[in-house]
Amino acid sequence: MSKRREFIKKSLAASLSLSIGSNIVFANYIPKGLDLVGLKPLLGNQFPGKSKSMTVLNDRPINMETPAHLLNDALTPNELFFVRNNGLPPANINVENWTLTISGESAQRTKSYTLTELKSKFENVSLNLTLECGGNGRSEFNPPAKGNQWSTGAVGCAKWTGVRLKDVLEDVGIKSNAVYIGYYGADMHLSGDPEKHPISRGVPIDKALENESMIAWSMNDQDIPMLNGYPLRLVFGGFPASCSGKWLEKIVIRNKVHDGQKMKGSSYRVPCKPVAPGTKVDDKDMCIIEAMPVKSIISYPKTGATIKINQQLPISGHAWTSASEITKVEYSIDFGMSWNNCTLKDNNNRYEWQSFNAMIKFPETGYYEVWARATDSNDMKQPMLLPGWNPKGYLNNACHRIAIKVV
Amino acid sequence: MDQDHRHNLWSLFTLLLNVFITGMIILSVYILLKNQIDDFIDKPKYSKEQLVEIADRSRLLRIQKRNDNWNLIENGIHVNTGLKADKNIQLIIGSCTSCHSAKLITQNRATRSGWKSMIRWMQETQGLTDLGSNETIILDYLAKHYAPKQSGRRQNLDLKEVEWYILNLDKNGG
Repeated sequence: MSKRREFIKKSLAASLSLSIGSNIVFANYIPKGLDLVGLKPLLGNQFPGKSKSMTVLNDRPINMETPAHLLNDALTPNELFFVRNNGLPPANINVENWTLTISGESAQRTKSYTLTELKSKFENVSLNLTLECGGNGRSEFNPPAKGNQWSTGAVGCAKWTGVRLKDVLEDVGIKSNAVYIGYYGADMHLSGDPEKHPISRGVPIDKALENESMIAWSMNDQDIPMLNGYPLRLVFGGFPASCSGKWLEKIVIRNKVHDGQKMKGSSYRVPCKPVAPGTKVDDKDMCIIEAMPVKSIISYPKTGATIKINQQLPISGHAWTSASEITKVEYSIDFGMSWNNCTLKDNNNRYEWQSFNAMIKFPETGYYEVWARATDSNDMKQPMLLPGWNPKGYLNNACHRIAIKVV
Repeated sequence: MDQDHRHNLWSLFTLLLNVFITGMIILSVYILLKNQIDDFIDKPKYSKEQLVEIADRSRLLRIQKRNDNWNLIENGIHVNTGLKADKNIQLIIGSCTSCHSAKLITQNRATRSGWKSMIRWMQETQGLTDLGSNETIILDYLAKHYAPKQSGRRQNLDLKEVEWYILNLDKNGG
């Protein structure tokens, strides 16, 4: 009987391996009680806290984007916020025991805070901040770039509540030679190797000390979804979202550019000087992406709308930038021959996306594309063509467009 | 006398026959209604150990059923992974999907040298081991099935993907 049970157990393990395609590499490293979140979709098709309407690009690690027409809310609901994971999110988190440690060469000392201490010791702030993946729009680059083929939906804007990173760093003490901060999270490398971090990026110290740079524990007045970094994460608007470390456990104040996972090589880097499409670029000629470019999305109506010639088409969407604000959003229905201004809302704080809308009249029946183009306070505009090709397919801020039929 | 004796024997025989037939009828009714009777008198059908074994066996059967479908191929696609079907697909699944989703392959396009540089990148930074003679087979597969398509600086909207619908503008006053 017990032999038989043992056999059944073994066959179950073998079957599990079979069902994910092969053996789980480093299975021995997987801590007891830790669920492999990355496997769950294959086993149960459940993405905790996320809408079924999300477009899943990858299920190990989990990467999902939001269809353009579901980004119409002023603040993106938690279940519709995109997910870009590099490793496996931690499971069985004990919030009571969660600590954030600040250390590093340029920290005056090493100090740890519990979540309760963070909440009580520092001024609590709420800001609406836009997060966009550096690779959003990658799918359009030609020659194609490797990686998750994001279309337009690796972006969202949420109300984040937490403390200013600056306040915490200053409480620890920043040495004058500080250059960069780096983060470490509790997520696990896909291989299961505990010695490896899936991602450990960061920002220059000046960015870290901005008033809008946050350590957040709440998203839209709710707990941050597990896949978006519960219970604690960094939030930097205007920089690639990969800088905003999730499941945040440790911040290091560095006396040099942080050298964690995905800071080096070609990750989150573009050629320092412009290159022709398809050029092979040495790692030494690749520079870290900092400020993200001006961009917008048409979130209403969903592409494919058919209206009658006697009707006007209402459109709406959002525009965002790393500059201080968006100053103008225009639309075109004639492929850029003429542009018309949209009504544009102000932002409540820097890095919040700004909503726009317009009513469009069409001159005759037929097929149209509505294109939107944002301009920011640095007078930078979105290009209609793809911007400069780069080997990893980052920073595509080309105009978004939808197909419309007038009958 | 002789006749009486024979008569008695016959009576005994018919009696025994009746008892036997009645017994058979009761037995067959019991066999037919065993489950209901057992349920009625609340007698467990299976021992605890048997129940555990049945549960284990049915779970195993479910998993086997899933695995039977594991290699299902429809319209040239390996359904469970989404990879293009090929004689070497098991090698591809085994080599690639232990670390990452098959979706990372199916959503990407590259030339043979492009795929090769991705393998090198995985070896240099992600702990992928030397693939030995399998590398050629894997590269053949990727270069054949996931090669880049030519496209301009900005493609037309993919109108095949657009689902045309009548936009209801009543609420929006259009």
